[in-house]
Amino acid sequence: MELKESILELLRRAATDLSPDVEAAIRKARDKEDEGTPARNVFDTIIENVEMARKQSTPMCQDTGSLVFYIDFPVGDTEKKYRDAIEWAAKEATAKQYLRPNAVDPVTSKNSGNNVGVNAPYIHFHQWDKDEVRIRLLLKGGGSENVGTQYKLPHQPINAGRDLKGVRKVIIDAVTKAQGLGCAPGTLGVGIGGGRDTSYTLSKEQFFRKMGQRSERKELAELEVQLLEDLNKLEIGPMGFGGKTTVMDVFIAAQDRHPATFYVAISYNCWAFRRKSMTIKEGEVYYD
Amino acid sequence: MIKLKTPISEEEIRKLHVGDSVLLSGVIVTARDAAHKLMIEERPDFIREALKESVIYHCGPVVKKDENGNWQFVSAGPTTSAREEPYQADVIEEYKVRGIIGKGGMGPKTAAGLQKSGAVYFHAVGGAGTLIANAVKKVRTVHKLEEFGTPEAFWVIEVEDFPVVVTMDSHGKSMHKEILEKSTKIAEELMG
Repeated sequence: MELKESILELLRRAATDLSPDVEAAIRKARDKEDEGTPARNVFDTIIENVEMARKQSTPMCQDTGSLVFYIDFPVGDTEKKYRDAIEWAAKEATAKQYLRPNAVDPVTSKNSGNNVGVNAPYIHFHQWDKDEVRIRLLLKGGGSENVGTQYKLPHQPINAGRDLKGVRKVIIDAVTKAQGLGCAPGTLGVGIGGGRDTSYTLSKEQFFRKMGQRSERKELAELEVQLLEDLNKLEIGPMGFGGKTTVMDVFIAAQDRHPATFYVAISYNCWAFRRKSMTIKEGEVYYD
Repeated sequence: MIKLKTPISEEEIRKLHVGDSVLLSGVIVTARDAAHKLMIEERPDFIREALKESVIYHCGPVVKKDENGNWQFVSAGPTTSAREEPYQADVIEEYKVRGIIGKGGMGPKTAAGLQKSGAVYFHAVGGAGTLIANAVKKVRTVHKLEEFGTPEAFWVIEVEDFPVVVTMDSHGKSMHKEILEKSTKIAEELMG
């Protein structure tokens, strides 16, 4: 398969076929809700929709998101090769209705109509020593992006200080403010430390973890487990209708900060948590 | 499960309460940011008849043309309604709309408008794009497609058994307000 066609298939899979680990988390959440409650009905509708989308090969959600790629490529390859293939695939996927046209010029408000524009799709490039290519894709919905937020500690209104206790508080605050608006139940990516830009970048990269995959740092892994319990006590529930599952998982990572700054960036992903990856090895394409 | 079909009378709407599950059928109209801005700034007449006693759907669909050149909805879940808060109550009054379908609920200005004009807010399941597109049986017409693009255009559609829940009624009650107050209290306890 040609590179551009393999990327088109990656886009199709991401938009139409929810990953098994995410679907399992949704089914588990459904089983916790009582028969006849709005929460249970929402989960039933979500599951029916996921099955239909997979069968019909149509987007599970009409907001097919902003396209964010993460590419690890071997020495000798050029970025241009991948950029050209991605732009072709984005246009083709839009024409085939796997994607909605979601690239809008903020100056003229004109939609490009094909998901290609300035920094759209956005591509993170990384050269590595391996002799293979890894292409990871996140389709990031706009509604959930709008409830993402960044805190600067200390954060006075809730007495959140410059430590993990403070981090816990601002995450609870962010999810409470988000209510159902990010299409709950959500999955959180949290980046602690770094600058304004890199804390968000780190938070988004966490979305490539599998559901239930804990941080390798003991303190952060404990905080993830604690927060999962705390946040589901809020009873915001699916779509904000009330219920036992408000978030499906919390992924936290930390990076060194400047002595004067302490940022916590929180990225929220909707239940339609769409991320897929593929590897190209000796000319063969493998999808996760 | 309550079944409703547009056009809907004020009397029928006043019978609905927060928490009611409804299957909605009939002609409805999609409208989001650009459409709401236009309806308030220019008050156009081309959409007046389609909206009277009908329902506005906050949705930017994925569409395609079939082999006969007819439009079809491919994926069509709700978008966040809060962005229309500045316009919604006035749009409801101006165009005599009986309901809004969206997600996330709306604020106090819309709540007051629903009560005054006799309308409700229906919540659809966010992200259920394929399932809702299957409930869209026909696209009657589309307005402002060239100017606004696919997601922002006014799509006049016929739906059958579109599943929604009343989360804001015409009696001043809002599920969103209740859940916000309850969860804020729990958050305060958790933060100590």
